[in-house]
Amino acid sequence: MPVPKGPHLEFEQPVVELAMKIEDLLKTGTITDSDVKSLQGKKEALQKKISAKLTSWNRIELARRAGRPFTLDYVKSIFTDFVELHGDRRFGDDPAMVCGLARLGDQSVMIVGQQKGRDTKESIRRNFGMANPEGYRKALRCMIMAEKFGLPVISFIDTPGAFPGLGAEERGQGEAIAVNLMEMAVLRVPILAVVIGEGASGGALGIGVGDRLLMLENAWYGVISPESCSAILWGDSSKKQELSGTMKITADDLKALGVIDRIVPEPLGGAHWDPEAMYETLGAVLREEIAKLQGVNIDALLRKRAEKYAAMAKFAEK
Amino acid sequence: MEWFRKAKSGIGTLIKKDTPADLWVKCDGCKEVLYRKELAQHLHVCDHCGHHFRIGAAEYVRILVDAGTWFPMDTTLRSVDPLKFVAKKKYKDSIQEAEKKTGAASGVLSGTGKIEGRPVALGVMDFRFIGGSMGSVEGEKIARVFRKALRDKVPAIIVSASGGARMQEGVLSLMQMASTSAEIARMRDAGLPFLSILTNPTMGGVTASFAMLGDVHIAEPGSLIGFAGERVIRETIRQQLPPGFQRAEFLLEKGFVDLIAPRPELKATVARVLGHLYPG
Repeated sequence: MPVPKGPHLEFEQPVVELAMKIEDLLKTGTITDSDVKSLQGKKEALQKKISAKLTSWNRIELARRAGRPFTLDYVKSIFTDFVELHGDRRFGDDPAMVCGLARLGDQSVMIVGQQKGRDTKESIRRNFGMANPEGYRKALRCMIMAEKFGLPVISFIDTPGAFPGLGAEERGQGEAIAVNLMEMAVLRVPILAVVIGEGASGGALGIGVGDRLLMLENAWYGVISPESCSAILWGDSSKKQELSGTMKITADDLKALGVIDRIVPEPLGGAHWDPEAMYETLGAVLREEIAKLQGVNIDALLRKRAEKYAAMAKFAEK
Repeated sequence: MEWFRKAKSGIGTLIKKDTPADLWVKCDGCKEVLYRKELAQHLHVCDHCGHHFRIGAAEYVRILVDAGTWFPMDTTLRSVDPLKFVAKKKYKDSIQEAEKKTGAASGVLSGTGKIEGRPVALGVMDFRFIGGSMGSVEGEKIARVFRKALRDKVPAIIVSASGGARMQEGVLSLMQMASTSAEIARMRDAGLPFLSILTNPTMGGVTASFAMLGDVHIAEPGSLIGFAGERVIRETIRQQLPPGFQRAEFLLEKGFVDLIAPRPELKATVARVLGHLYPG
């Protein structure tokens, strides 16, 4: 496995150094098989040690790290026969949101998901994964099509938030997200959502209502990013690290709160260390989850979906 | 302002609590000094410039609901602190302060009543309760307004005044957007009207859920209504926002509110719309 490209995160630096050393030794051919094995073992032990001590902020760093697989990477690796569908039939096409038909095993499904870019040019084109109203409306149009043809919906969530821009407000960002929440609550096909990276606020929820919500081990999901929360309370982002713990945004936290259904484990060190292994793991999980959902009568599924969200409020009665 | 002081010190007829600050208030819109009693008679709307002063949830109930028909519901629901949230302030302390300030147990006042004789289920957000933010209790109470409307087969009305989802309850607040919106789908299936009244301000997760899902959207003049906050937008686009941006009139122009009703016309407007949609 090649060492992932930088920039590396501070806490993964020791592993990167060791992995590069192994790579160099392999290239020069001056190393025995048993030495390689022992060095690999050392590297894995180090990765395990580091991942056991990851803070909530470290998870956010991993969720945002360059080289982490994005929606289309999963689509191309896990699914076959992908046909991308463009445009909301109202205003335009939003490259920050990708939608399309694809096959998982032998089941056709509808994919919706935010898409980030790899390089600067692509990042700008994808608006850093921040969808505009037309993105949410494209996703809705495709989900309603999925309902018409009885196709399950698989949603990939990876966004730092719905785009906070002038045009987005003019075109009704709030309304676009709101309508998705309402329609997804009663869409008569199974909806499986998975947070693969960042799940920030209404922008994430706008394609995130459904029957099962999964989360990759190092993804984050919350009502607001720790930076923005810090900015609201203190006027700058200086308290983001402490707040990320306080705000309970990791997969473990959200599983404990009962908000997510399942945590999908990542390869040692995070998805970017071994994307192929990540695709394999998530692919198997998606096939298993979709098969389970397909086996449930849709009325029973909708009842369960309704009950699930109705039970999310935590309060006391005096 | 000289005559003002003279009246106080010269004659001395005013009792102590009637200080000028209590009797008079400066309008935020036109800076005119207004007599507080008169302002209240005008439903807290400046009779010089039409500026709508912010009012609490109980006042909206008084304005909208026929006298003697109001039955509050779910008054015992209280916020808990599911994340044990401590930042600049303990969330628990924020709740206590808000309870003291408003005399209410949560940021939503809800119940049933009649509007010009028409029975409705009504929920009103109170901006004074932690910025009208939507936590678990607020979301639950709003969802229950819709459920009550569905059970009684009456229209639902929500008056929004909110900065958005309450960050101190984290993702649980976010989930309230989903749970409230889901109930509106059921209102649609039941053929029941939902009127969304948007007041100053209606922002963030409230705009991105039930507030924008009404059959009819009625906004108070000048209300700030939007998804992203002004500061966030300015920092993102690095340019000044046009005047009137995200105000009710802007949303009317862009097609996201149906009509703007000044507060004195609010009740009659609601009744007129209900008369068409749900004459039963």
